[in-house]
Amino acid sequence: MKTIFEKSVPGRRAVRVVPAGVDTPMPIKAQLLRKEPPELPEVSELDVVRHFTALSRKNFGVDTGFYPLGSCTMKYNPKVAERVAHLSGFAYLHPLVPQLPGGEMMVQGALAVLHEMHRMLSEICGMSAFTMQPLAGAHGELTGVMIIAAYHRRRGNRKTTILIPDSGHGTNPASAAIAGYEVRTVGSDANGLTDIEALKKALDDNVAGMMLTCPNTLGLFDPQVRRIAELIHGVDGLMYCDGANLNALLGRCRPGDVGFDIMHVNLHKTFATPHGGGGPGAGPVGVVEKLVEFLPTSIIRERPDGSYYLDYDRPRSIGYVAPFYGNFGVILRAYAYILLLGREGLRRVSGNAVLNANYIRARLKGRYHLPYDRICMHECVFSASRQAGKGVRALTVAKALIDRGFHPPTVYFPLTVPEAMMIEPTETESKETLDAFIDAMIEIADLAEADPASLQQCPTTTPVSRLDDTLAARKPDLAALPARP
Amino acid sequence: MPFISNTPAQQKQMLDAIGAASVDDLFAGIPPELLCGELDIQPGMTEQEVRRRITALADKNLTGQTSFLGGGFYDHFIPAALDAIISRSEFYTSYTPYQPEISQGTLQAIYEFQSAICRLTDMQVANASLYDGGTAVYEAIMMALRVTGRRRVIVDDSVNPIYRKMVRSYTSNLGIDLVETASRDGLPDREAIAARISDDTAAVIVQTPNFFGCIDDVSDLSEMVHARGGLLIVSGYPVAMALLKPPGQMGADIVVGEGQSLGMPVSFGGPYLGFMAGRMEHVRKMPGRIAGRTLDALGREGFVLTLQAREQHIRRQKATSNICTNEGLCALTALVYMSLMGKHGLREVAQVCADRGDYARRRLLGVPGVTMRFPKRWYFNEFVVSLPVAAEKVIRGLFTRGIAAGFPMGRYWPEMNNCLLLAVTEKRTRQDIDFLAHALEVIL
Repeated sequence: MKTIFEKSVPGRRAVRVVPAGVDTPMPIKAQLLRKEPPELPEVSELDVVRHFTALSRKNFGVDTGFYPLGSCTMKYNPKVAERVAHLSGFAYLHPLVPQLPGGEMMVQGALAVLHEMHRMLSEICGMSAFTMQPLAGAHGELTGVMIIAAYHRRRGNRKTTILIPDSGHGTNPASAAIAGYEVRTVGSDANGLTDIEALKKALDDNVAGMMLTCPNTLGLFDPQVRRIAELIHGVDGLMYCDGANLNALLGRCRPGDVGFDIMHVNLHKTFATPHGGGGPGAGPVGVVEKLVEFLPTSIIRERPDGSYYLDYDRPRSIGYVAPFYGNFGVILRAYAYILLLGREGLRRVSGNAVLNANYIRARLKGRYHLPYDRICMHECVFSASRQAGKGVRALTVAKALIDRGFHPPTVYFPLTVPEAMMIEPTETESKETLDAFIDAMIEIADLAEADPASLQQCPTTTPVSRLDDTLAARKPDLAALPARP
Repeated sequence: MPFISNTPAQQKQMLDAIGAASVDDLFAGIPPELLCGELDIQPGMTEQEVRRRITALADKNLTGQTSFLGGGFYDHFIPAALDAIISRSEFYTSYTPYQPEISQGTLQAIYEFQSAICRLTDMQVANASLYDGGTAVYEAIMMALRVTGRRRVIVDDSVNPIYRKMVRSYTSNLGIDLVETASRDGLPDREAIAARISDDTAAVIVQTPNFFGCIDDVSDLSEMVHARGGLLIVSGYPVAMALLKPPGQMGADIVVGEGQSLGMPVSFGGPYLGFMAGRMEHVRKMPGRIAGRTLDALGREGFVLTLQAREQHIRRQKATSNICTNEGLCALTALVYMSLMGKHGLREVAQVCADRGDYARRRLLGVPGVTMRFPKRWYFNEFVVSLPVAAEKVIRGLFTRGIAAGFPMGRYWPEMNNCLLLAVTEKRTRQDIDFLAHALEVIL
C-alpha cells in the first residue's frame, strides 16, 4: 500500500489554519528561518481518514480476536476507561500547574487519582509505597535498579552484580546493565524453577540484588521464593519482582508478603489499559518501607485536612525518572478498571486467568510437548519440538494460526524452552473462544503429521506473507525521504 | 460478571477437563503461608458509578483559565479527524508488531512516522519513538557515549531543567563526566563550552528554541564539537521546526524532542512522545524499535521491525537500551497530525504562534515595569519577561482573574525570581493576550 507521502498532491490541503489576527509582527531574522517548508504530505482530510482506516484494517487487536500473546496479558480493554481518560478536566490539565504558587489546589482531582492509585497498588502488591512516574514496564525496571543502587550507596556497600534467572525477560539484564551493573545469570532446575544450588554458587558479597519474574515466564510460581529472598537478603541484596505476570496473583498473593523489596506493575497488562500498538504503557514501582526514601521525586502526599500535595523535598531520592507524574492518561484508565472490579472482581481476574490457561494446557498437552507438566498459573508454555522434525516449527504454527483467525502466542520465549509457544489466554476470553483456538491448534498438529508442506505457505489470508527480515537489515529502507535537489 | 465471559456452568466444565475440583485448587502451587487475606479495596462499582466518581474528580481540576503555560508542553489545537482515527481499536488494542503479517497497519504507520520526523528535522533516520522528550535526551547521551567511546557530556543550562534533572538521575551510577555550562544572555555561552570540550567529550547538548524561548543557530557549535570528534545533540520543539532552521541544517548529529505538541493534549504530564533522529552511519547504535520496508516471499512490499540485533530481546545486557516498545499510539497521533496539517499547514501554525508571541511581547512590554529578560534575542512563541515584583506574586494575582500567566523562572534559577516564562499558541487569541496585558497592568 502506498505511503501517505506517495499520496501527496501539490496544493491539496486538509486543515485551514486560524489567521494570526494581530498587527504586522517583526519578522524573525532570515538566518534563523527554514528556507523550504518540511516535505509533509499535501492531502485532504478524506485522504487522511481513508489512508489510516485502510491501515487500521491491516491490524489485529484484542477487539479483532483472540490474542494469547504470552507475558503480554492482552485482555479486553473496557471502553469506559477510554471515555473517562478523555474528560477535559484531565486531558487539558497542564502538568506545570501544581508547581505554581497556589496551583496545587487547582489539580486536587488529578492528585486524588494518583494518591488513590498509589494506595490501591500498595495494598494489591503488599508494598509500602508506589511511585507512579515510570512510563513503561522496562522503565519501571530501570527505576527499580536505580533504587537498588541508591540503597547500596547509602549503606556504603560496594556491589557490582545483579542476578537474573535464565528464564528472565530480556529487559531485565538490559535494565540492570544500563543502570551500571554486571549481570550474572542463574540457571533453572529440572522443574523450571530457580536452581537453589546454582543460586548459592552465584551468590557473594558483590550481589546487589536479584530480579525475578513472579510467577515466572513458564507460568510457574516458585514455591521457594521466600527461601530465595532470605539468601539474597543474607548478603544485604534486594529482591526485585518483575510484575509482568501479576495478573495471576491478584487478590491471592502479594509480592511484598513473600520477600520482594521492589516491584513494577504493568498497568497495560494487569490493569487492562490498551497496549496502543506498543505503548503508551505505565510501569509504577512499589517498594517496602526501608526503600521509600529513595523513590523518585516528586511523591504524592495527603495533608491532615484531606488535600493532596506533591513532595519535592526528598534528599535521598533517586531524582526524576519522568518529567512529571507518570503517564497520567494510562494511570487514569487503570484507576477506572480497579474501581469497576473492586476486591472480589480482582480475585475473579486471577481465578479465571488461571482457569483459562490450565484449560488450554489440559486440552493441548497430548498434542504438543509440554516441558513442565503441572498446574500452571496465567500462562502455559508448550514446545513445537515434536512437530519440528517435520519442519513445523513454532514459527510455522504461529503463521498457521494467523490463517485461522487467531493472533499467535509468544514464540521462542522463554529462551530455556526450544521451539517455545507461550500461551496466555487472559480471564476475559470465553470457553467458546478457547475451544476454537484449541481446535485450530489440534488441526495444525494433525497437519504437521499428515501434510506438513501445506503449513509452510501460511499465512495466505494476509496482505503480505513471510516478509524478508534479512533483506530489511541488509539494505535498510527506514524512511521515505524526498529526492534531494 | 464484569469482563469475565465464562459462566459458572462453563467454569465447572473446564475444571472437569483440567481435573481440578475448584478454581482455588489451581492455586495449590503457592504455599499456603504465602497466600494473602482479603484485600482492603472497596467492592466493585457499576460503570455508571465509576463515571460519576471520576467525572466529579475531573471537575475538581481547574482547566478553564486562559493559559500561557508552556515550558516544553504546549496547548495546540487538535483537529477532530485526529481523534476519529486514533480511536480505531484496531490501532489501540494491538501490541508491538511481533507478527508483521497482521500488523502492517502499525508497521507502515511507524515507517511513515519515522519518515515524517526525518523530513521535519532534516535528518536521515529516526526510530519508532521513545517515552518522552526527557528520556529521549538521556537515550541520545547514551547513544553518543556508544558512538564515540568517550566519557564527557556537556549539557547547557538553557536545556529544559526538568530534562537536566532526569539526565542527572539516570547517569548517577554510571561514572560519566557530566558537565553543565551556564548560558549567557539567554543562549549557550560559546566560550564556556569551548573551554570544556575535550578529546574525551562525547557530546554537547543544546536546545532550540531553548527553555528561555530563545532561538539559536547552533551551526557554530556543531563545528566546534566536530573539530574535537564529538557529537552535537539538539533537543527541539517539532512545531517550531516547520518555521525555523531545522537541526539537520545546523550540523546536528542526534535530534531529539518532545512530540506532545503534534496532536496530543497536555494530559497532566503524559502519555507523551519522545522522538529521535540521527545519521544513517550511527543507526546501529540507536536505541528503540525501528521499522523498515522490505519484500515478502511473493515480492510484495511490506514493513517489519528491523535492525533488532541492537535490542534487549536479542542482546539482553549488551543491548543499546532496555526499551521494549515505543509510544506506538502517540507516534501514530503525531503522524496523523502532521498529515492533517501537511507541508504548509504546520508551517502556518508555527507562523501564527510566532506572530501572536510577538504581539504578546509588544503588549506586555507596554505594561509599566515589564521588560524582556533577554532583549537581544530572537523568539518563537515563548519568552521570559522581568517584572517589578516576584513572579510568584503575579501568578497568584492573575490566577484569581482566571489567567494561568506562565511559569516562575525562580523555581529553577533563583536569580530570576522576578521572571516569568510565557508561551503563546494558536489557541490563545488576540483578545486573550489583551486580557492578560490589561490584568497584569491592574495588579502591578
